[in-house]
Amino acid sequence: MSLDSKTPSGPLAEKWTRYRGTMNLVAPNNKRRIDIIVVGSGLAGASAAATLGELGYNVKCFTFHDSPRRAHSIAAQGGINAAKNYANDGDSVYRLFYDTIKGGDYRSRESNVYRLAEVSRNIIDQAVAQGVPFARDYGGLLDNRSFGGVQVSRTFYARGQTGQQLLLGAYQALSRQIALGTVEMYNRHEMLDLVLVDGKARGIVARNLVTGKLERFAAHCVVLGTGGYGNVFYLSTNAMMCNVTAAWRAVRRGAYMANPCFTQIHPTCIPQSGEYQSKLTLMSESLRNDGRVWVPKNPEDAKAIREGRKTGNDIPEEERDYFLERRYPAFGNLVPRDVASRAAKIACDEGLGVAPTGLAVFMDFSAAIERYGKSKANAMGLHNPGAEKIRELGEAVVSEKYGNLFEMYEKITGENPYKLPMKIYPAVHYTMGGLWVDYNLETNIPGLFAIGECNFSDHGANRLGASALMQGLADGYFVLPYTIGQFLSNEIRTPKFSPDAKEFVDTANETRQRLEGLMNVKGSQSVESFHRRLGKIMWEYCGMARNAEGLEKARKMIRELRDEFYKDVFIPGSLEEYNPELEKAHRVADFLELGELMIIDALNRNESCGGHFREEYQTEEGEALRNDEEYTYVAAWEYKGWAEEPALHKEELAFENVELKTRSYK
Amino acid sequence: MKLTLKIWRQKAPNAKGRFETYQVEANPHMSFLEMLDVLNEELIAKKEEPVVFEHDCREGICGTCSMVINGEPHGPMAGTTTCQLHMRHFRDGETIVIEPFRASAFPVMKDLAVDRSSMDRIIQAGGYISVNTGAAQDANAIPVDKDTAAHSFDAAACIGCGACIAACPNASAMLFVSAKVAHLALLPQGKVEAKRRAQAMVKQMDLEGFGMCSNITACEAECPKGISVENIARLNREYLSSALGSETVA
Repeated sequence: MSLDSKTPSGPLAEKWTRYRGTMNLVAPNNKRRIDIIVVGSGLAGASAAATLGELGYNVKCFTFHDSPRRAHSIAAQGGINAAKNYANDGDSVYRLFYDTIKGGDYRSRESNVYRLAEVSRNIIDQAVAQGVPFARDYGGLLDNRSFGGVQVSRTFYARGQTGQQLLLGAYQALSRQIALGTVEMYNRHEMLDLVLVDGKARGIVARNLVTGKLERFAAHCVVLGTGGYGNVFYLSTNAMMCNVTAAWRAVRRGAYMANPCFTQIHPTCIPQSGEYQSKLTLMSESLRNDGRVWVPKNPEDAKAIREGRKTGNDIPEEERDYFLERRYPAFGNLVPRDVASRAAKIACDEGLGVAPTGLAVFMDFSAAIERYGKSKANAMGLHNPGAEKIRELGEAVVSEKYGNLFEMYEKITGENPYKLPMKIYPAVHYTMGGLWVDYNLETNIPGLFAIGECNFSDHGANRLGASALMQGLADGYFVLPYTIGQFLSNEIRTPKFSPDAKEFVDTANETRQRLEGLMNVKGSQSVESFHRRLGKIMWEYCGMARNAEGLEKARKMIRELRDEFYKDVFIPGSLEEYNPELEKAHRVADFLELGELMIIDALNRNESCGGHFREEYQTEEGEALRNDEEYTYVAAWEYKGWAEEPALHKEELAFENVELKTRSYK
Repeated sequence: MKLTLKIWRQKAPNAKGRFETYQVEANPHMSFLEMLDVLNEELIAKKEEPVVFEHDCREGICGTCSMVINGEPHGPMAGTTTCQLHMRHFRDGETIVIEPFRASAFPVMKDLAVDRSSMDRIIQAGGYISVNTGAAQDANAIPVDKDTAAHSFDAAACIGCGACIAACPNASAMLFVSAKVAHLALLPQGKVEAKRRAQAMVKQMDLEGFGMCSNITACEAECPKGISVENIARLNREYLSSALGSETVA
């Protein structure tokens, strides 16, 4: 089956405007009669629920957190892109579109990306009106900085807490709608299954995490804003509770999972320090505006640093290899994430790593501290300031820009990054793959929509920094509230659904059996131990570099691990109580299935593109080698059953406005 | 390092709780929550029920982790959430007492997990700017003085964890409420409905059963994000001026 993206006709720059002006509407008196379920309360979910509530729909919003404000969007640090061109440096909607397509290594859909770039400007306006305290200059206007893979400054930021401030804006808009009664909020409810009636998505089964009871909810349609699946790797920068269950349960009901092997490994995270480690912490990409990434040229120096006999400060300038600046002079330290991550891995593979584990490179701020210090001294009219004064002034400037990140680094590592270069290493951060959606953000199941990181649509094989916040809010505030009308305009005569109907009861019974099955294994190993082992397999064989042999091996290992899980997992407590171990068990069970699909997808894609680096397909210089002839498509996978091979459906990608080129940041 | 933990265990909201004592072997590089993970894995291996504690981002930003460690919300380090607290700040052989946040508006759900939805209801009462999606003007049409924007940001940095309330002998939510009132009232966009907001949020705070502020300032001392009690002065000003003004606020 070929997939219809439902991309409207017409020139790229006019598609969205024309479509929006001619699409079907639901009249206000009918909106009141229509129920919508939104699952997730992060940037995408909260902004969608709030906006749909404002429009007059009856919205039910679900989160497994104790409050919608806890969603993991809150942890995004660096910023949000928008084609405002406030910096007057040549930015435009087209340029943001082009950078995103190129950054994604030509594996995303042109029409969706162009629309994203268009509405990016509205997001900033909306956020400022909500009171999001973006950084400003002395004239009181908004300030911008640069992120990887671009040559303009289009990133708006709120210190190192941009995600927090944007999420609080959306949370407050949502809170207002909750108070007005247009949105009913269900905290501590986790979606465990999707209910279909006559092939359309009409509701969900959720577990009340406090009582442990299963509850059924009905609506005219269901929107998933449930985030990404990076936690399949166990160690990632995702929050501990991030999971794939809502999306995976939709896949089990027939939704297609697109490009699941496209995962983003973020280059600048705090390296792992031990086996007990539960998660990895990101150091924002914005740091690469001022941090220079390097390793010692001499393996002996690297060894001395690993063994604690030397520090980064002991290595003289001429003995350092600023490898990103050397390999990619045009973009330097601000190459895209996939490129920077691979370069760091190569340096460490060559024995130049600087942490005791051998897995870390330096990110050094001394040059920036000196540069800012000198410029500050000039501004203050200080003549001949000493080196110490310059350092002091420079550290103050750096602290104003990145203070909270430096503090976080020191808390975790116990080292002062103002005095010693930071040690960083790549870690799983984001998943570009996700539920397949068309231009309306609707999956192949009618009435089931997916927004934000949960869908696959905008970032191709690699996401650019500061674009996740942009996409989540674009989908929730400015795209879905329009496109959902294309489905709902045909539903105005559909009466309300009863959660007591057979389909709902049957689905809830199946969910109950699944949970009881897990509880009844009564084995001997903890859920956590299985998750850790799954993560190791995924990282080793389906991480920064992959090859066919390793992937085949990993597939077998995951199947064995899954069998062992269902034979020997132990979950304490009972079904109908507050039981975090049972919550985790269900999530890990779904990760064990998703992991295999990621491997199947990685095996199928015999090329390297973006975050998907197949070792068999690389240039002589070690850069990714795409195969446009055979793989310029979205791989959308249909679940066929526990022991069956999934079916591949292809959406061919047409590039009518951008020429497919080898991505170069040299 | 070898540690003795005295942890509050409580099966359900209305059940009777008690302290249980555990021994655990930790490593100074671990975070406090990773140390509890180790304990829980050991409990599970013995087929016992693990200690329930809430956590999520483990980066000090989501506000989910709570717990009182040796009498202090989020433990002994200033400006640090429990998830960012590392074991290097404890001594080998130390006994650590771990309890849930205590406040009548924060009922215990299980062990160390409490219900903080009262804070959500305060925000729902008025902790926002009333602007619908699509109704905004160009972002640069509203200039905001850099210093004012910075003050607003300092207040907006609140993560809604509730440590201020757990630290207060009166279980007052004044620091939490005032941070939101100040964040929004300092900005021109938020000025418009500042009076209504202050009144509505204070009213809800009282309804939820939070105590009065008696200027003890333990809230500021324990706040992991350094939210200043100056915000409380600002809230009092906004609240008083709205109460004394001629307009009635619903």
